[in-house]
Amino acid sequence: MTAAPRPRLRFADAARPALADTALRRDLRDGAAAVRARRAAAVAETPDWAELRAAGRALKDRTLLNLDACLERLERAVTAAGGTVHWAVGAAEAARTVARLAGGAAVAMPAAPVLEEIGAADALAAAGSTVHRTGADAEFPAVRTAVTGVDVMVAETGAMVLLEWAGDARRCLAVPDALITVAGIEQVVPDRADLEVLLRSLPRSAGERLTPAVSVWTGVAPGDGPAAFHLVLVDNGRTRALADEIGRAALRCVGCAACLDVCPVYERTGPGPYGAPPGGPIGAVRVPLQRGVGSAATASLPFASTLCGACADVCPVEIDIPEVLVHLRGEVVDARRGRPVPTPELAVMRAAAWTMGDPQRYEAALRGGVRWARLLSRGGRIRRLPGRFGAWTDARDLPAPPARSFRVWWRDRAGAR
Amino acid sequence: MRVALFVACYNDALFPATGRAVVRLLERLGHQVVFPAAQTCCGQMHWSTGYRAEAAALASGFAEVFSGGGFDAVVTPSASCAAAVRRDHARIFRAAGRDAPPLPPVHELTEFLVDVLGVTDVGASFPHRVAYHPTCHATRALGAGDRPLRLLRAVRSLELAEIPAADECCGFGGTFALKNADVSVALVADKVRHIRATAADVVCAVDNSCLAHIGGALSRLRSGVRVLHLADILAGPEDGA
Ligand code: SF4
Repeated sequence: MTAAPRPRLRFADAARPALADTALRRDLRDGAAAVRARRAAAVAETPDWAELRAAGRALKDRTLLNLDACLERLERAVTAAGGTVHWAVGAAEAARTVARLAGGAAVAMPAAPVLEEIGAADALAAAGSTVHRTGADAEFPAVRTAVTGVDVMVAETGAMVLLEWAGDARRCLAVPDALITVAGIEQVVPDRADLEVLLRSLPRSAGERLTPAVSVWTGVAPGDGPAAFHLVLVDNGRTRALADEIGRAALRCVGCAACLDVCPVYERTGPGPYGAPPGGPIGAVRVPLQRGVGSAATASLPFASTLCGACADVCPVEIDIPEVLVHLRGEVVDARRGRPVPTPELAVMRAAAWTMGDPQRYEAALRGGVRWARLLSRGGRIRRLPGRFGAWTDARDLPAPPARSFRVWWRDRAGAR
Repeated sequence: MRVALFVACYNDALFPATGRAVVRLLERLGHQVVFPAAQTCCGQMHWSTGYRAEAAALASGFAEVFSGGGFDAVVTPSASCAAAVRRDHARIFRAAGRDAPPLPPVHELTEFLVDVLGVTDVGASFPHRVAYHPTCHATRALGAGDRPLRLLRAVRSLELAEIPAADECCGFGGTFALKNADVSVALVADKVRHIRATAADVVCAVDNSCLAHIGGALSRLRSGVRVLHLADILAGPEDGA
């Protein structure tokens, strides 16, 4: 019944319509360029930016190391403040919980990545709730219940912290009946003092010195604001990611979107081909880490990157996204090694490694390859390659290899001396 | 110095002129170049495509060839292979559950010239308008910074042109160029547009793989813009080759 978004097509196939969409391409290009410039300026005037990044990374690593204890502490604090904590293993379970808590009432629901991740809107609608997606210019709906995301949760106090530009979520804090907040389990930090780092790095990473609206809410206060506060903690594959020694770094993410705005691939395709929000470099690792690489669509995501490294340069919590991408590529290949019939790529890569494993074999293959490639060339250029390599020559020439490889030249020179 | 050249497998086969240029340049600067003939491939492509076991075999082959032999340094005209050895080999061996074998320092050519030899003016002359493309591996993985530009600025008669959005990826990405060919072409189309806006005659870089990608698109468009490895510019013309 609920429809949590999931990738269905391979990235390369899903990207084609986006690449052909001229207006989308222009909007993405202009938008990314503007945010990149703002971010660069905000970072340039922060002399301790490198220290902030290292501190953010250390904070998140320390939290993830003791995540279970930290979450239990959070639950105690939220409960003590009059709230109720609900745990959801999967996306569908989380969405059902939100819908049940809303009880068919009309809700205000400003957009948040985790709400999209679990498919909250569809579940609410299916349970009879009218969903008002609040936007900056829309009037705030007359509702008694609201559903929000959150940026950071503080285990010490049970406080929810949200940074936003327009203040949509802020207006939700005043609904009379119930405030339902949904969060990924990795969004917690241990103590109030830990906010210092993230409240400085997160806005700058998103391109501003300060975020216009910083909201903090804790449990319920009698006679003020909602009568009930619910926190729905979502796993949805996060403990799976946490168990991955290299992949767990991706759970440091604080959702600033800086990696999206510098990604050359995302700038051409937008979020669509990634199949689930947020897409971009972090989406390309989070989706396979959380769901596994069993489907062709999720298995294609780690390959949807040139590994240019721009994302790792900007990430405020120093996630080495290319390292995680390469690690996941290894997982994809290993999962396919067990197949009774090897994939054509596996056969090619194995043959290449076997050839390169020995200088004599390598030189013999070099001679054969050069002869073959020169047959395909005209005027020093190869304009059409056969088979799967044709994807290169659809739009790019390839230089014809010279008749004499470097190693043969070296040997000839040594012989002539 | 006694310098071992790691030419990189794709240079060996497709761009031997770059290997010859490195030899010419280093010998002109008074160093002895040796080419360990048993070298093949550093394993970069296998590793970055997910073929860990194959990469581990190639990486240990590389270590075997270059750890002995009494070289003062290993030099390569490929920034991406230098990054593969310096950054990825430790990861490759860790993934294979092995310790990384010791290696003499592996330098990308411009790092070797500027940092180790302390030269920026290598006595070259090149009367053309040249644009430098800082490849992702040179800039981000190695931190080569402005070393290539300092070398280029010291070349006589060379007119340096700056590419708009120079640090954006050209879209090559190894097997990415095949697996996601449409996105790759969209990227190189923008790179080529920026290059042509500079009115340069030549585009240079320190990775022939990216240059083959950019050059392939420039050639398909019959743009008349040539691509050249920085070493080819610094070494000057070959006699009689
Ligand atoms: S992974 Fe991307 S969105 Fe997450 S914190 Fe790093 S730069 Fe921001």
